[in-house]
Amino acid sequence: MSTRTIRGEKNLQDITTAHPDGIGGSPLRPDGTLKVKGEFAYSSDLWHEDMLWGMALRSPHARARILSVDISEALTLPGVYALLTHDDIPGTKFYGLEIQDQPALAIDQIRYHGEAVAIVAADHPETARRALAKVKVEYEVLTPITTEEQCLNPETHGYVHEPHEYKGHASGNIVHQQKVVSGLGVTDEVRALADVVVSGEYQVGMQDQAFLGPESGLAVPAEDGGIDLYIATQWLHVDRQQIAPVLGLPENKVRLTLAGVGGAFGGREDLSMQIHACLLAQRTGKPVKIVYSREESFFGHVHRHPATLHYEHGATRDGKLVFMTARIVLDGGAYASASPAVVGNASSLSVGPYEIPNVDVIAIALYSNNPSCGAMRGFGAVQAARLRTQLDRLAAELGMDPVELRQLNAVSQGSYLPTGQQIDAPAPVAELLQKVKDLPLPPALDVTHLDVRELPGALSNTSHGEGIVRGVGYAVGLKNVGFSEGFDDYSTARVRLEVIGGEPVAMVHTAMAEVGQGGVTVHGQIARTELGERVTIHPANTEVGSAGSTSASRQTYMTGGAVKLAAEAVRNELFALGRTRYGWTGNDLSLVGGKVVSASEGVLISIADLLGDHAIDLTREHHHRPTVPFDKETGQGFGHVQYTFCAHRAVVDVDVELGLVKVVELAAAQDVGKALNPLSVIGQIQGGSTQGLGLAVMEEIITRDGKVRNPSFTDYLIPTILDTPPQPVEIMELPDEHSPYGLRGVGEAPTLSSTPAIVSAIRAATGLALNRVPVRPEHITGTLTPTHFPGAAVQSSQQPPRGAPNSTTPCAIPPQARTAAGPPPHHPCGTHRTHRQHPLRSTVFAPRFSYRFRYDLSLDPGTPDQHTPHAALAGARAPWHPHQASRTVPCHPYLMGPQAGREPHPNPL
Amino acid sequence: MRVTFNANGRQVEADDVWEGESLLFLLRERLGLPGSKNACEQGECGSCTVYLDGAPVCSCLVAAGQVQGREVRTVEGLADAETGLDPVQQAFIDAGAVQCGFCTPGLLVQTHDLLAREPQPSDNDIREALSGNLCRCTGYEKIMDAVRLASARTCSTSEVSQ
Repeated sequence: MSTRTIRGEKNLQDITTAHPDGIGGSPLRPDGTLKVKGEFAYSSDLWHEDMLWGMALRSPHARARILSVDISEALTLPGVYALLTHDDIPGTKFYGLEIQDQPALAIDQIRYHGEAVAIVAADHPETARRALAKVKVEYEVLTPITTEEQCLNPETHGYVHEPHEYKGHASGNIVHQQKVVSGLGVTDEVRALADVVVSGEYQVGMQDQAFLGPESGLAVPAEDGGIDLYIATQWLHVDRQQIAPVLGLPENKVRLTLAGVGGAFGGREDLSMQIHACLLAQRTGKPVKIVYSREESFFGHVHRHPATLHYEHGATRDGKLVFMTARIVLDGGAYASASPAVVGNASSLSVGPYEIPNVDVIAIALYSNNPSCGAMRGFGAVQAARLRTQLDRLAAELGMDPVELRQLNAVSQGSYLPTGQQIDAPAPVAELLQKVKDLPLPPALDVTHLDVRELPGALSNTSHGEGIVRGVGYAVGLKNVGFSEGFDDYSTARVRLEVIGGEPVAMVHTAMAEVGQGGVTVHGQIARTELGERVTIHPANTEVGSAGSTSASRQTYMTGGAVKLAAEAVRNELFALGRTRYGWTGNDLSLVGGKVVSASEGVLISIADLLGDHAIDLTREHHHRPTVPFDKETGQGFGHVQYTFCAHRAVVDVDVELGLVKVVELAAAQDVGKALNPLSVIGQIQGGSTQGLGLAVMEEIITRDGKVRNPSFTDYLIPTILDTPPQPVEIMELPDEHSPYGLRGVGEAPTLSSTPAIVSAIRAATGLALNRVPVRPEHITGTLTPTHFPGAAVQSSQQPPRGAPNSTTPCAIPPQARTAAGPPPHHPCGTHRTHRQHPLRSTVFAPRFSYRFRYDLSLDPGTPDQHTPHAALAGARAPWHPHQASRTVPCHPYLMGPQAGREPHPNPL
Repeated sequence: MRVTFNANGRQVEADDVWEGESLLFLLRERLGLPGSKNACEQGECGSCTVYLDGAPVCSCLVAAGQVQGREVRTVEGLADAETGLDPVQQAFIDAGAVQCGFCTPGLLVQTHDLLAREPQPSDNDIREALSGNLCRCTGYEKIMDAVRLASARTCSTSEVSQ
């Protein structure tokens, strides 16, 4: 099938860059012009003549038996071309990243809210919606297994997957577990060495990647019986590996081309609509496009594992850490996804960037009837970053500065981690902390020149400075780069050098998924550095070997490294050509300005003259140094390729009476080894930090009995530009001798430390323990009751910090925070003024005037949801921020099948 | 129904439009103008922002029939065929404000409108004006840089021309 008829072909063609910069510069993105002109074709923009629209019918229940599915009435609707259930799948019915435990369409059972039951192809999206509304599914609804207690007692509460069907290492609703034991373990003798012990239980809510470009793609049936799929993904080859068996096709008949990707952040590692579009195209013989709505997107991809973590740290009186125990429970939801690897990271990185001689850790991921969880930026290490709270508490207990405590225990090059792996590259953890600490602080709040846009609550106009307390907090994180535990996630690159129009041009061809990170810019820079030529970036597709995943901060390291190898090989071939033809003997050749230059003899020949009509076209694979799996019982092993470190300082203003938080500044310092493109590096750090800000104070998928309550951008909030502060960035470049150009993966580390730095700052401002993220207003005001939200029970029963009343240790609030804007009103040390009655305390609502916190927690599970008006009929945009509107959590009936009560429109089509 | 309106200075006509379709769907799926993006389709993200009779609106919240006889300008209509990119577009590229780029079309239209109203906005003005446009990649810092850059370039150009 020709791509001629596909709209949006410009970015499916080669893009030639006009900027000559090599590595270390910041040339402009080669796709930038297309993107600002609206001409860059994202996967949702694709169009094909004769194209049909695909759509999925999703379960309204979290756990159910499917008794029957009747599609007969739906098939009679004009414009419907195919309606498929699992019975229609030609190949294997299961897929999965690591463990193939997920049915492409539900088979007799529903394991999570929103699981796809049937798919339709129709001539218009509205026809597809109406067809799905006519599918009759009879469910026997079962009690969902959603809590840790329920999951770990399968004899009482049941199994999410029948044990005899387990694949991988699962047992008893546990997908995977990993222990890490180092030193002497944590025995009574070891405990006796510690003068001070702090322990606590912490929770991390379920975060969504919330990439803006919805899951989408176009499947085009080919004349050879195969499928051409244009798709937004993070790893073309692993998509194909999962799709082809379900279609009953050999892999070479499933050809993937990367369409424009509107962000990913881990959420595109698993398949979403790929198999469904291909099945429908295969069945109808017509091109099929599927585009998720935002609501469907919340059901269509995995999320960040919510976690419960129990940490215990012991230290000597002078602040040296002696031991740590941790029990990390990750809720993996209905299917395995990347849970085993997330467990590997959470356990092996649970210690953070600190030297702790005796460690005893266990991390487990559960099967449950909650939404499936898998990869998201930070991948296991973000959850483990809750240990930073422990360090703040330890510092308070010891009367130490929290930064000094961290620096005292920080790893450095040569340190051993609890896995027994030695850090054999620079690890400037103490230096990074010092860098953010040394940055000038933003000016104190000036109540004589207030702009409410800078205050908590912003234009909701909730404060003119009263009740606002400033706090400062620090954190530093440890993240691995690349795939770990023995996985050889190699990358392939092809470089072709030829003369076009009298000029030598190097074409770079890889299967790397450009998801926005700027990999295409960097590939051009690397090729120019090695070959010094005009560079063309070929579209990413499966015609070349795998580039591995655009995840784990690995693409510049791995595929960038492959481009370097291929370009070097082309250069060597070029020199060999000259040696053969002209008898050059020296080994001092280089390429300068399109010419072959000898250090001793000067310019030898131009590349154009040397190459003539000849093209040099070479492909190379780049493998990182080998790793090994962690030992199952001890976690010992050289499991990670590279480590990366980032530190943050957060400054916050907290309206302690209303529980509103404004992050005033979020400063970061990161060692990147070598900044191949400084502009992109800073963009990655600021973007990653902002996702951490979201987790700190607003982002959480709320579930009740396994059902997602806030699947929209109205109710799942991500930071706006008003929520996001200035973000100064300090970059260190200490080369890692094991990596190409000494570079270090950049993308994930900032997401680890940003969240705990902000929470630490809120803690400094309020003196509250804050053992749960995101921190919501009611956690600060104390207006939450356990009936409103399951997490409330944990929050209200959490231990106060050791600086609490009746404790002899000093107040945990740093003196500077206390003097900056007056004492916090309800600090548990008891010496400060008492908490004023919250204006909304008598109600059960979160503050309705905060556009950042609008979960209506009073929703009774049995209450029918209010529906938002049909978007297309709702009129023009309000003059001010749409987030101002306060609504109850909407349920979107067309996702949920015909029972949901939506009035059908008269058929206008 | 048939909808006739002016899109980017050109009279356009779409037939067989269903009354439930949005302006966004009309632009993207019937008129070959997919530059305006479909990230939430409920007016929260601003990715679909277009000018409707000179005022920025979320095209996902405008019914297709509402634009009958009116003027729509999308991101595809910002660049001038003769002078190339609009200064706002160039500034977004130069400042590194484009990563995945999905939010970019909406931000460009919103910024274009801001600078037309207020050529030298303060940082708080920029944040207020762009607070209806979600971006998930950049952390907004480079977007702030881009707006400042576009403002500075536009103002210096107009000073020169005066």
